[in-house]
Amino acid sequence: MNSVYDLVVIGAGPAGLAAAYEAWNKGVKKILLVERSSETGGILNQCIHNGFGLHHFKEELTGPEYAARFASMLKSTGVEVALESMVLDFKECEDGFKTVHLVNPKDGFCEIKTKAVILAMGCRERSRGAIGIPGTRPAGIFTAGTAQRLINCEGYMVGKRVVILGSGDIGLIMARRLTLSGAKVLACVELMPYSGGLARNIAQCLNDFNIPLYLSHTITDIIGKERVEKVIVSKVDEKRKPVAGSEIEFECDTVLLSVGLLPENELSKNAGIKIDRRTKGPFVFENRETLTSGVFACGNVVHVHDLVDYVTKESETAGKGAAQYILSQQNSGASFNLKDAVEVLTDENISYTVPQYIHKNTEEKVVSIFFRVRSVYKTDALIAVYKTDGKTKTRIASFKREHMAPGEMEQINIAVSQFTDTQNDFKILVAIEKPEEAE
Amino acid sequence: MNYDVAIIGCGVTGAAVAYELSKYNLKTVILEAENDVAAGTTKANSGILHAGYDPKPGSLMAILNVLGNEYARSVCKKLDVPVKWCGSFVCAFGKEDDMTVKELYGRGLRNRVSDMEILKAEQIKKLEPNLSDKVTSALYAKTAGVVSPWELCLAFAETAVKNGTELKRNFKVSSIKKIPCEQCNKEYKSAYSITSDDGQSVNASFVINAAGVYADEIHSLVSKPAYKIKPSRGQYYLLDHEANGIVSRVIFQCPSNGTKGILVAPTCHGNIIAGPDAVSTEKDDLAVTSKGLEYIAELAKKSVPSLDLSLSIRNFAGVRANSTEDDFIIEEVPESKGFIDFAGIKSPGLTASFAMGDAALMLLEKAGLHIEQKKKFIDSRKKIRFAELSSEEKVELIKDNYTYGRIVCRCESITEGEILAALNSTIAPVSVDGVKRRCNAGMGRCQGGFCSPRVIKLLIDSGIEPENIMQDKNGSYIITGEM
Repeated sequence: MNSVYDLVVIGAGPAGLAAAYEAWNKGVKKILLVERSSETGGILNQCIHNGFGLHHFKEELTGPEYAARFASMLKSTGVEVALESMVLDFKECEDGFKTVHLVNPKDGFCEIKTKAVILAMGCRERSRGAIGIPGTRPAGIFTAGTAQRLINCEGYMVGKRVVILGSGDIGLIMARRLTLSGAKVLACVELMPYSGGLARNIAQCLNDFNIPLYLSHTITDIIGKERVEKVIVSKVDEKRKPVAGSEIEFECDTVLLSVGLLPENELSKNAGIKIDRRTKGPFVFENRETLTSGVFACGNVVHVHDLVDYVTKESETAGKGAAQYILSQQNSGASFNLKDAVEVLTDENISYTVPQYIHKNTEEKVVSIFFRVRSVYKTDALIAVYKTDGKTKTRIASFKREHMAPGEMEQINIAVSQFTDTQNDFKILVAIEKPEEAE
Repeated sequence: MNYDVAIIGCGVTGAAVAYELSKYNLKTVILEAENDVAAGTTKANSGILHAGYDPKPGSLMAILNVLGNEYARSVCKKLDVPVKWCGSFVCAFGKEDDMTVKELYGRGLRNRVSDMEILKAEQIKKLEPNLSDKVTSALYAKTAGVVSPWELCLAFAETAVKNGTELKRNFKVSSIKKIPCEQCNKEYKSAYSITSDDGQSVNASFVINAAGVYADEIHSLVSKPAYKIKPSRGQYYLLDHEANGIVSRVIFQCPSNGTKGILVAPTCHGNIIAGPDAVSTEKDDLAVTSKGLEYIAELAKKSVPSLDLSLSIRNFAGVRANSTEDDFIIEEVPESKGFIDFAGIKSPGLTASFAMGDAALMLLEKAGLHIEQKKKFIDSRKKIRFAELSSEEKVELIKDNYTYGRIVCRCESITEGEILAALNSTIAPVSVDGVKRRCNAGMGRCQGGFCSPRVIKLLIDSGIEPENIMQDKNGSYIITGEM
């Protein structure tokens, strides 16, 4: 390992792999890809089911296969990979460089200087403590990802009779995995009136195995002294409060939690990167630069994606953005003046957008905006995009959708020519409307 | 096996007594029912080192609290126990509370608590800007602090064991018989045979009953019941490091119904803790309830309105060993010579633990134990905490031992080296939580989500069969089979 690089990519999961690969192809030559585990690929390595790569590789791969494709692509480059290496902190220096502190067993504690950083640390699962499930604290309560790791990578079975709380994708995948491994999955319990996972996973992982999905239900008690003995599941009302008298008892030895993912940004926060409270990831521009010049972010550290293919795409954007930054030598280290940026606003039907800002002087012809709606749309709806100066608004684009749900990320592409305006201050507003209003 | 002293229970009280006794030429054994020390009340409480203004003047609680607080300073330093001397506030909300604050101040003076001050609202705001505007006055006790209760217990127990004390884990006492003195040590006028539920047996001339919530049951094995333990459950919120700084001191409200009320406090690990409520319950009832959590949330926000409970990383509950008596029960049991109770050790028991050794020694000597100081006594303990080291120290450490360069618990930056050190420590852990208590792996925001599979692997590498790896107590198995 050297002590000076052009680019340090933190995390070699799908996001870091794609970002490093893209930056190399765009001409950055001194790249260090830092990975805390002993191999690249990140969480893909424990996702041994298939369904990855349909968009990016136009074929169906397993997680490890998807990761292996990128690992071998990366081998053809000069990107240096530091395994078993953990970045402890990074900060900006006065000369525009960033200082990164990392440790690993081979090189020990190192200080590295770099022109740019790409954050690709991914996300973590929400745990029991974050949602406050009442009851005792016996063994046998796992987050779905931890159970997946134990089963698929370590080779240990974690339970015989299982109740899954939350219908996030990992929970659904694990319902199938546990069933195929001989466990009885008694129920998948979801607080919301709709599933948080992909429709295809509901079909393939629950329905195909006759696992009941209890919508608008939650676990209201966990019982068991040393190991889980049973759980109580209750119906919830519109305010998500348990309804007395609706209790169902499940005798089980295991509870799996699939109750949401949180972008892992402690490193970013400690480095002073501005975080969006809605996504829990950094605010980013269309090129995935954060509000700190020279620091980029991509993948689940920015917002939680539905498919790895989308992570790859976003990470290519970040890799390209970082390459432009490094090669144009504009690494002044100065923070952005947000006056040179177009902010992307939302109406109350949308929980967030990524990016949250667009550079006024972007060289891109088309900018993609990703977002999630707050509720399910089963009938036709219209996504309307406005340019607004705060007083008046002009519609610059609209998109029809037959179906939208919070569990499925929406994407719209807007031609930059629709809104470029170097003279005035303005913002972009994304809104959901009924189609008839649009006509 | 014959011993001079058998200590029943290795919570912080039993461990503190063992530590003190290990300074003398005695044969001591600690009998712990669980697979690890600190397994009961010690591992689930507020972790406060009280200043001592609260207990009734003249009570054992008052004397041992103030003495314990004083001893804690040097002991925590010597034995490398995480502690923060942050001070505490008792906040008043209105005139009635203002009177209580004054009363507590007066009681503190009588208990010989030093460094107390009654603060006015504007002084309070300066020191703790996030406290409610409704706080009218506060008792500021500068000698209060926070400690890691389980690490304190481990430090006492490990030091005792290093100095020759024996620790028997999984020794659940089921019967105690008075036996003729000749069968143990004929020098002494008392002797007991103590048997476990699985048939192990030890003899001891003197017995210390430090069995926590089970102390009344242990007492009843040798004598008629004299008191009852009336367990009271308290539950908590533990918040992520991100909440750190919202308060810098332990923030109490005025005491009510015999408890010290809901507190909001920093922990010595850089988290924020809020709780506990008080509900009388069974001895093994450690459940959290949504009602209890709502109650805590409401009252914690009364003190600190901006407290963000969505930063919660864990809820837990502990059981106080309250008894039918108002004070600690620390005495030789009448008609049972040489059998000494340390029962009803409720708050401020953790603070008082530092002085429990003195109390035990006094009572044991009075009961006839001969003591003679050891010539050689190891009175130190040093742990490597990677995250706390300077850059230069990190460089040197990893050069010396590369396993300190491998971070296993990413939330708390705990290295493999620290986990291996825990696994090879004087009282080796047998569970994932046992590892956590020794080196903080899994204590962070993901609650072991990422590191527990690796900790399990390290436990397996240390020689434990996969199916025998426990989350915590015996029976809390994690793995149900191989794939």
